[in-house]
Amino acid sequence: MGRTLSEKVWDAHVVRHADGEPDLLYIDLHLVHEVTSPQAFDGLRLANRKVRRPDLTIATEDHNVPTFDVDKPIADPVSRTQVDTLRKNAEDFGIRIHTLGDPDQGVVHVIGPQLGLTQPGMTVVCGDSHTSTHGAFGAIAFGIGTSEVEHVLATQTLMQARPKTMAVTVDGVLPDGVSAKDLVLALIAQVGTGGGQGYIVEYRGEAIRALSMEARMTICNMSIEWGAKAGMIAPDETTFSYLQDKPHAPQGVDWEAAVEYWKSLATDEDATFDREVVLRAEDIAPFVTWGTNPGQGIPLSESVPSPDDFDTENDKVAAERALEYMGLTAGTPMREIHVDTVFLGSCTNGRIEDLRAAAGVLAGRKVADGTRMLVVPGSGRVRLQAEAEGLDAIFKDAGAEWRGAGCSMCLGMNPDQLAPGERSASTSNRNFEGRQGKGGRTHLVSPLVAAATAVTGTLAAPADLPPVAVPANA
Amino acid sequence: MEAFTQHIGTAAPLRRGNVDTDQIIPAVYLKRVTRTGFEDGLFAAWRNDPAFVLNQPEYDGVSVLVAGPDFGTGSSREHAVWALLDYGFRVVVSSRFGDIFRGNSGKAGLLAALVEQDVVEKLWTAVETDPGTKVTVDLENKTISAGDVSAPFEIDDYTRYRLLNGLDDVGITLSREADIAAYEATRPSFKPATLPAKA
Repeated sequence: MGRTLSEKVWDAHVVRHADGEPDLLYIDLHLVHEVTSPQAFDGLRLANRKVRRPDLTIATEDHNVPTFDVDKPIADPVSRTQVDTLRKNAEDFGIRIHTLGDPDQGVVHVIGPQLGLTQPGMTVVCGDSHTSTHGAFGAIAFGIGTSEVEHVLATQTLMQARPKTMAVTVDGVLPDGVSAKDLVLALIAQVGTGGGQGYIVEYRGEAIRALSMEARMTICNMSIEWGAKAGMIAPDETTFSYLQDKPHAPQGVDWEAAVEYWKSLATDEDATFDREVVLRAEDIAPFVTWGTNPGQGIPLSESVPSPDDFDTENDKVAAERALEYMGLTAGTPMREIHVDTVFLGSCTNGRIEDLRAAAGVLAGRKVADGTRMLVVPGSGRVRLQAEAEGLDAIFKDAGAEWRGAGCSMCLGMNPDQLAPGERSASTSNRNFEGRQGKGGRTHLVSPLVAAATAVTGTLAAPADLPPVAVPANA
Repeated sequence: MEAFTQHIGTAAPLRRGNVDTDQIIPAVYLKRVTRTGFEDGLFAAWRNDPAFVLNQPEYDGVSVLVAGPDFGTGSSREHAVWALLDYGFRVVVSSRFGDIFRGNSGKAGLLAALVEQDVVEKLWTAVETDPGTKVTVDLENKTISAGDVSAPFEIDDYTRYRLLNGLDDVGITLSREADIAAYEATRPSFKPATLPAKA
């Protein structure tokens, strides 16, 4: 019988298989950041162990760094210690590191792809749940805890039970103004936050094939938000042409050999999945969350739901609690919700295409009074590219803040945080209570919705905006 | 890691589903570079609420947490497990766990016991009726009991074996060094390396 994409990649990485035990899986690329690694390096030191493959390991600073004044020492001494600890660990163990101010510093999941280190058929891990992002290349990529970080540093392997397989097929063509973020938010609302648990998911179908690499990364990034072990998309010409000119892409004969192998990874015609979900792209509209988990989302055109709209007691209670935390009243049209802060960035939507999409909406327009907008490129290189294209000028002219690279307001850890009660429209991935700062209220949105919301000050899509009076480049 | 065979202790009922790791420990508490001292961050936002279960004196000294479905979803932070351990928990019971959280628990020595939701409901009732109820968690036999409630729980065989024997994963894997080296010898030359750096 044929095999699926994930089965082929898994099988190619089994170092040791024994019945009744998890497989010992080889790891091709280990991404390291400052928050989940210090205790792992300490563990190595205590046991007098070294990093087995520094040449398959790369580190950067992203979660706990400021996105302004990056040329100055980090103000918070505890944060500075954590960042300094990573720098010292990298030096002591011979690991490549990209520090603040370096073009390849930035959100760890933006760095791997932009360097061409993330390639099809690989296994990629990181002490961060959004490692699923790299699955967009046809890699098995998943987040791990600090004990596992230590395990990979010491052995370049992980003990892993083989997950089940699931196909999410998206047929048809996405309507204009509907993006990958809308698609994945709509999917999570349908399957629930636990729907993917125990599965490696392969996203496939016409609508997925039509997506750019960056849009595919947005989809795979959110796999963890519905509980999946990993999300993957089969490599194709879009993947190969994205990779071709990246610094660490294979060269010459290696490129030929790699592409031939990558082409062989697609799921076989006669392979079967343990579970299948089918969506129609035409049914998907701009989508936003109203609650405190990523599954609590609805089309932007709808109104805040009532707890009575839900079938199970668990969902009713969760909705009631979410409405209270979010300060929302059932029946309020989503478009009437005022937003204090718009955050454009993160490993979900902090790449150049996301910035281009938002800039396209903001050109010739202004951020509404009473709303602020933060634009945080995913990496130093994304920032430089945006500046070369003049996107920074569009954001600044509109009244948005143009920042340095990092995780920023995706999580309430660095200086970019919501104040208690403050409401955001955020292109990030989690609307959990307090995620963006204690008491902060998060609506997850696409970059297009984020930009339109910044202009109106209430949740909006670009189609809601009046035409720009004078074209931006006239 | 210390071996885990059986645990007896009192339990707190956490009547919430979808308790993600940002709720278990908010990101602002993750700045520490040590492996201990995370108890302050445990459920930090909720502990400001006097009505929160862990603020009730009758649940002082609990070591078993009985939570709603989808406990430990979201972020991979192992700090969530450390915070629970540092606070004094040895066992968390739920009808569904986030994958990464469950894996981290097994590594750090916190038992994540998977049960049917009706067992969770019965345990909630038991420990709410009498907060002094002793909960017995037997890893050898994979059973949990409290008062009149007795039920099996699920845990994967390998994690159970490691917990029972207090084994260190890295040590086990390093004993397979020959297998790892043999695998490495077969890796194709087109696979990328981070070193030397290319711009």
